[in-house]
Order: sequence, then structure tokens, then C-alpha cells
Amino acid sequence: MADMIDVDGKQLAVDEEGYLANLNEWVPGVATVMSKQDNLELTEEHWDIINFLREYYEEYQIAPAVRVLTKAVGKKLGKDKGNSKYLYSLFPYGPAKQACRFAGLPKPTGCV
Amino acid sequence: MSEIVKKFLYLNRKAPYGTIYAWESLEVVLIGAAFDQVVSLMFMDDGVYQLVKGQDPSGIGMKNFSPTYRTLGDYEVKNVYVDHDSLAARGLSADDLVRIAWEDVDTEEEVENIVTVIDRARGCELMAEADVVFSF
Repeated sequence: MADMIDVDGKQLAVDEEGYLANLNEWVPGVATVMSKQDNLELTEEHWDIINFLREYYEEYQIAPAVRVLTKAVGKKLGKDKGNSKYLYSLFPYGPAKQACRFAGLPKPTGCV
Repeated sequence: MSEIVKKFLYLNRKAPYGTIYAWESLEVVLIGAAFDQVVSLMFMDDGVYQLVKGQDPSGIGMKNFSPTYRTLGDYEVKNVYVDHDSLAARGLSADDLVRIAWEDVDTEEEVENIVTVIDRARGCELMAEADVVFSF
């Protein structure tokens, strides 16, 4: 069934869309490995969003829809970052989908 | 944006976890939030248990989606109504319920808690005013 990814020498299961099967297995290396698969170099700005998503999930138990993410990022990290242009520049496959995958969260509910 | 804005009312009448209704209703609300409608939620009968704070369903192996209700404000839900008589019949009051904040980031308008306890007459009015009522 599940595919595996190799993170720091450990095999972690992912679902058919590449999302981590078990949320609790997440380590920062997951994001690094997944970003390499997507040919993306993670910068501090990427990590801000990834960490933000993890905190959001921790508090609310869901991955936010993209418009909710945009609003919340604007509130937390500054208005200049709270727009989809900025988020898409960081995560070209879609901020909610791709960033949530890097953060080890399930695919967001609803409009992504 | 759609020119026709309808009033959607989601009516929740079942306890969480025992059936899938509560979680399904919440998911529909979260997904439907993208459509720019006026969305309200109402909790009646055993549905009021969905909003009781401090839940821990880990013992029955269910995901705890209680914290998710607190994001409803982020998803453009402006009103959450709870039937007073249903609360009273279960020995509950407004103090037992989660608080849900709402904020408009553009205007910085804030509402500290959008959860309102209402009586039956008001509940009937709200259902009559709604264009669409989804019952779960």
C-alpha cells in the first residue's frame, strides 16, 4: 500500500498523494526530503510557514484552507506576507497543499 | 464573487463521536466557507454537546475535533446559536461551551465570542429567515 520516504535513515510511510501517513512521525527532515523531491530549496521564509502550519494544526486540529492561511499569516507574520502571491512564490504547488505536506499535516479540508 | 448571497443555517442536533454527523457537518461548513455566503450554525438537543469545552475522546480512539470549532470565526462564520432549553435540560450553561472569536482583518472589527444562547422563539425565527437549512 503505502510508499515510503527515507528521512535521516528512517523509513516513513506516506499516502498516495505524498502526505505523511502518521502525523506524529514528523521531524524537520521530512520537510527537507519532500522539498528535494519537489526541487525546492527551503529558506527561513519557508520554515516560517511550515512552523506556522504545525502550530495551527496543534491548536485547531485541522489544516487551514488557503484563504484562512493567508489571513492568519498576515496577522502573525505581517501584512506583506499575508497574500497568496507571496505564499505561491514560496510554494509553487500551492501554499496549503505543498506546505501542509512538508509540515506533515493531512491534506487541507476544503478549498485549497 | 457570487452576486446572490444566501443565508445558510447549519442545524446540529446530534452528540459528537457516537455518529459521524457532527464531524461531517463541521467539514461541510469549513468547505462551504469558500462560497461567500452568510453562514450561521445552530445547536439543539444533543447537538449542544458538540460545543462543550474540555473534551477528550482519546479513550474511544476518535480524533478530538472540539478545538476545530474555535476556527469557525476564521472561516467567515459570524453566528453560532445554542438553544437555551437544550442546554438547561442537560444541566449545561453558556459557561460550559467553547468560545469562538471572530475578526475582520481588513476593518479590524472584532467579536470576542460569537456563541450566543437563544430561546426557542428566536430559534424558530432564525430558521424561518434562512434561505437554506442543513440539518445534521
